[in-house]
Amino acid sequence: MHEYSLALALVERVEREARARGASAVHRVTVRVGPLSGVEPGLLVTAYGHLRAGTLCARAELDVASESVVWRCEACGGVLVPGSVLGCPDCGLPARLAGGDALVLERIELEVPAHV
Amino acid sequence: MCDTCGCGDTKLVPVEVQERLLTANDRTAAHNRAHFTLHGVLAVNLMGSPGAGKTALLEATAREVGAARRLAAITGDLETDRDALRLRAAGIPAESITTGSACHLDADMIHHALHHGAADGADTLFIENVGNLVCPAIYDLGQAAIVVALSVTEGEDKPLKYPVMFRTADLVLLTKVDLLPALPDFDRGALQEALARVMPAPRLLEVSARSGTGIAEWVAFLEARRGDAAERAASRATRETDQSVMRGA
Repeated sequence: MHEYSLALALVERVEREARARGASAVHRVTVRVGPLSGVEPGLLVTAYGHLRAGTLCARAELDVASESVVWRCEACGGVLVPGSVLGCPDCGLPARLAGGDALVLERIELEVPAHV
Repeated sequence: MCDTCGCGDTKLVPVEVQERLLTANDRTAAHNRAHFTLHGVLAVNLMGSPGAGKTALLEATAREVGAARRLAAITGDLETDRDALRLRAAGIPAESITTGSACHLDADMIHHALHHGAADGADTLFIENVGNLVCPAIYDLGQAAIVVALSVTEGEDKPLKYPVMFRTADLVLLTKVDLLPALPDFDRGALQEALARVMPAPRLLEVSARSGTGIAEWVAFLEARRGDAAERAASRATRETDQSVMRGA
């Protein structure tokens, strides 16, 4: 259950950003989590739900965007069929992961006092 | 409501961050890596299920290399320092990290152990991670090589079930091959097939800590990695020198 330590790091990172920008609260947090990131989105949301209490994120929704796994041949640029052996059928070279392992804080929406 | 005057008016301000959630860990891992490079230490992140034979592998490694190398280890377990005690008995100075309920080692824990002298005087540091095929996979520790131990009784399809762990491995060690005569259904081809679907450049080595099978080849792998790491460090140093010469000019 490393999702708890990640959620803690997420809340701390978002709070730092919110404080630096004079926000009174955080409205929304958006992360991108790929299937090969090693993180289970549902568990991350649960952990975040527990850890946000008493922080600037207390009322902020956590949106989790996904992304597709893409393995690509570096030589010819061809995209491999999902689930296949990770070598290029044409060039015979090892494929390179071109998407699917993201674990990224994309953006946050802050509530900032209007007159600031 | 706003804190200053109570007017209640707030505006929504979007902020694009686009930053990896593991940025802090990555930064400490880079720091650890620089430390290893500076001190000529080959750091290996050894992962695998509980009971895959990680500690026995290191005991066999110590027997194989003898006095030719100065080995050290950091072991991670939820409780007890039993692995560290075993390794010390085998002649490997070992620091134990008991993680409590944490399921993995992170770069900070390694950094802390280094400050406690975990790699002092060593040329090879084995980081024996918490036995777990899930959580340790995503934490860079600053290692030069990722090695996953998979024992013959765990099943040939393990790589397909835990692709994140196997994807980044530089080497998979099939351990306890001395048991194969008792496992007539074990299918090497199925394991190789599974690895090829999760690792772009699969590399598998069969070892037995008990019989010594494959241990010399495992040590040869380590020596090759040591050469690669030294070469990379040298070319990085040359590049940096070139850049500073160019900046000076």
